[in-house]
This record gives sequence, structure tokens and C-alpha cells, in this order.
Amino acid sequence: MSATADAEPSLVVDARGLSCPLPIIRLARTSAGLPPGTLVAVRWTDPAARYDVPAWARMRGHEVVATETDVVDADPGMSGSGSGSAWVTTVRLG
Amino acid sequence: MDQPRAYLDAAGRSPLHPAGRAALLAALDEGWADPGRLHHEGRRARLLIDQARAELAAALGCRTEELHLTANHTNSLRTAVAAVARGRRRVGSTVVVSAVERAALLVAAGAVDPALAPVPVDRAGRVDGPAWAAAVRAPGVVLGALQEANGEVGTRQPVELAHAAASGAGVPLLVDAGASLGHVPVGPHWDLLAADPGDWGGPSGVGVLAVRSRVRATPPGPPDEQPWSPGGVGVPAAVAAAAALTATLGDLTAAAARRRVLLDRVRAAAASVPDVDVVGDPHDSLPHVLTFSCLYVDGEALLSELDRRGFAVGSGSACTSSSLEPSHVLAAMGVLTHGNVRVALPRETTAEQVDAFCAALPEAVASVRRMLGVTGL
Repeated sequence: MSATADAEPSLVVDARGLSCPLPIIRLARTSAGLPPGTLVAVRWTDPAARYDVPAWARMRGHEVVATETDVVDADPGMSGSGSGSAWVTTVRLG
Repeated sequence: MDQPRAYLDAAGRSPLHPAGRAALLAALDEGWADPGRLHHEGRRARLLIDQARAELAAALGCRTEELHLTANHTNSLRTAVAAVARGRRRVGSTVVVSAVERAALLVAAGAVDPALAPVPVDRAGRVDGPAWAAAVRAPGVVLGALQEANGEVGTRQPVELAHAAASGAGVPLLVDAGASLGHVPVGPHWDLLAADPGDWGGPSGVGVLAVRSRVRATPPGPPDEQPWSPGGVGVPAAVAAAAALTATLGDLTAAAARRRVLLDRVRAAAASVPDVDVVGDPHDSLPHVLTFSCLYVDGEALLSELDRRGFAVGSGSACTSSSLEPSHVLAAMGVLTHGNVRVALPRETTAEQVDAFCAALPEAVASVRRMLGVTGL
């Protein structure tokens, strides 16, 4: 998306293994009260999060900085999710 | 139960229209025989199904021989795509579709065109018309497909523009009118048209597929007397579908205007609930379909909560389907996919039912949010 994708997020929300709307709820809880400009990342496996994180950001006046493949191996506790396709989306709070 | 139930999920499966119901019951008595047999009973059934096809063809503005009855709407779409792909295979294998076509059509198109690249839609769910037109003008296009309106969000599509572009390029256009016919006027801008009796108050178990005789199309499968629907369809269902459509078209404008007024009340009620995204085009849209998504809400929980309060609605949220994937329509529009509610008003919906729904909605959403502990987020 942009060069700022390389910036380190201040906070990382681990929503892997959770299904909608829980990743968005976790992300919103973590973001509540943080100053504008803070970078918050959310790690997710639920397919709906691909669309719902940007939609949430739009409704809340935040900005999605980047969505990338989660390079960290899938959580060993996530047996059954199988695909191993985890993603991380970084949001700059507005 | 104190409060009578309100069925507000008429998309694709509407309560039977009284005229359709009467015709169905009569045809069960008169048209039970095999229309392929030569005796009196068979010929009586044959007469009924021929009349039904003629009636449906007249409603669509095509010839009776261009009107085929199929098992259901999904079947119509699959057969239409496969038949054109087969009939025009020398042209190529590219199929041009919008990103918000019905899943059955996208799957059928993908089977023909492994490199299928659906044309994107805007936030309202309307396809990028010029991009669709440019795609259909490319070499190697075997078929173009565009819905008349989207059945999930109500937004109407630029079918006239698409048909002009496709015709100019010599490509047949398949129009999915499954969510439109019986609710809005459907024009002549198509080469193949699929429509769904279940959506306009006809019975389930029958589909309508019209194919202009100029279209080069070869239905798939081994030879059959009725190649578009091997084995034929039930006569009573066909008769009822035609009777319901004729009755529906008779007061289409009035029924649409009445429902749009009621739908606008639902729109206002949904928009007044905090953190609700009302999606789709509010004006150039179906008069009876409205979709909205509620932030931080579990769609399945909200459906159950509304059901418990006496309201049947639909949803495109992943948590209400057997797959993990949310509605591809909501996803393509870039709107919130969770907490989704689709209201589709059947034509007999009363103002009292709509007002009761509008009154119940805020508390239903709030109670699900309380359950999830997300109030104030």
C-alpha cells in the first residue's frame, strides 16, 4: 500500500482462530482511547476480516495502512483451522 | 404467541400469490398427467403447460418457442452459461460478469472461463458500466452476463448499456432477472433471460429461461426431447408460475410504489440505530429489498433475536451460512459483512408489520450488543 507499511505497530491484536465479528471487536477494544496516529495491527485468519477491518476503519475514521501475509507460523493451538493462511492488517487510528 | 409473525425474507422465496395458489390447486386436478402422452389426460396437461409458456413468453416479450421451463433458477443460470459456451466455443472462452452476480452464475462462468475476472462494483454495488462494456468488446468473449438488479442489496444494474455494448461486439447477454421480474419492469435488453417464479409469488420447483432464437446455444448433456430441461417440469408449478406473474404484472407499479414507501421506513429505522451501515443504492433499486450491517454484531445472533420477536429476515453474514466466507456481494462492495440483515418485503406486507419491525429493531440490535459486551465501543 505505502512505505509506512514498514512502520512498527504499537500494538498487535491476535485474533487468529476467531470468527466474525470477534476480530473486529478485539481490534476495537484495543484501539479504544488510543491517540490518533497510533498504529495497531490485527492478526487474523477469518475470511470476513479481510473486508470487515477496512469497513470498520472507514466507519470509525481510521486508515488501513497495509494487509500482508502473517509471516509468523500459525499458532500451535489453532488445530483444525488447517489452511495456515494467517494475515496481518495494520491500521492507523484517526 | 402474542404478536403475529412478519415474513420479511421474500428474496427468492415469496409467499404464494393468491392467483398462483388458485392456479396451482386447479392444475393439480387438471394437469397431473404426463404432457408427453397422447390420451385425453395427457393432452389436457400439454395444453396447460403450453398455455403457461405462452403466458410467460408474452410477459417477457418473446416468442413461446424461445421460452423454456427449467427445474429452478440455479439450473437456468447454469444451463444458460453452459449452452452458450458450447454453442459459441469457436469464439473463445472468456465470460464477462460483474462481481456481484449470483454465486451459481459465477461458478458456472468460472467453469467455462478459468481466468474469469469479474468486473468490480462501487460502494453501492453497481457495476462499473464502462469497464464491463470494455471487457465485453475484447476478443474471445463467448458470453456477457449482468443481473437486472442485485437481489441481496437491491441495486439495479446498467443492463441497457451492457446490452448495447454486447450487441455491438456480437456477444450474447445473459440477464439474471431473478430478483427483478415481478417487482420492476424488465425491458427487452437481453439475449438470454433467467427469472425465478419463487421470487414473484409463484411456486418453487420451476425456473424460467428465455433464449432469443438468434442466440447460438447448445444445451449441455446427451440429447433429450426437451434439451433445456431434460425430463420436463411439473405442469402445476408451471401453470401457477405463469398465473402469479400475470397477476403480479397487473398491479406492478402500485405494488412497487406501496412497498417503496414501507421500505423507506425500514431504511430510516435502520439508519437511526447507532453504527449501522445501510448499503445499496437508495433510489435506483428494487422497491422491496434493503440491506444493512450492524457493527460488532453477530449476524446469526441478530437473526435469531429478530426471529424470536416474530420477524423473519435474511442475512449475508458468514456466521449465518455454512461456509466461512461472507457474502461475495458485500465483500465486493467493500461494506461491513458481519451483523448483516437483508429485508425483502413480500407484496402483501402491511404498514403495521413494517412499523412493528422498525420499533423492534433498535432493541434487537442493542440486546445482541449487550450479549457480546460491545456497548460503547
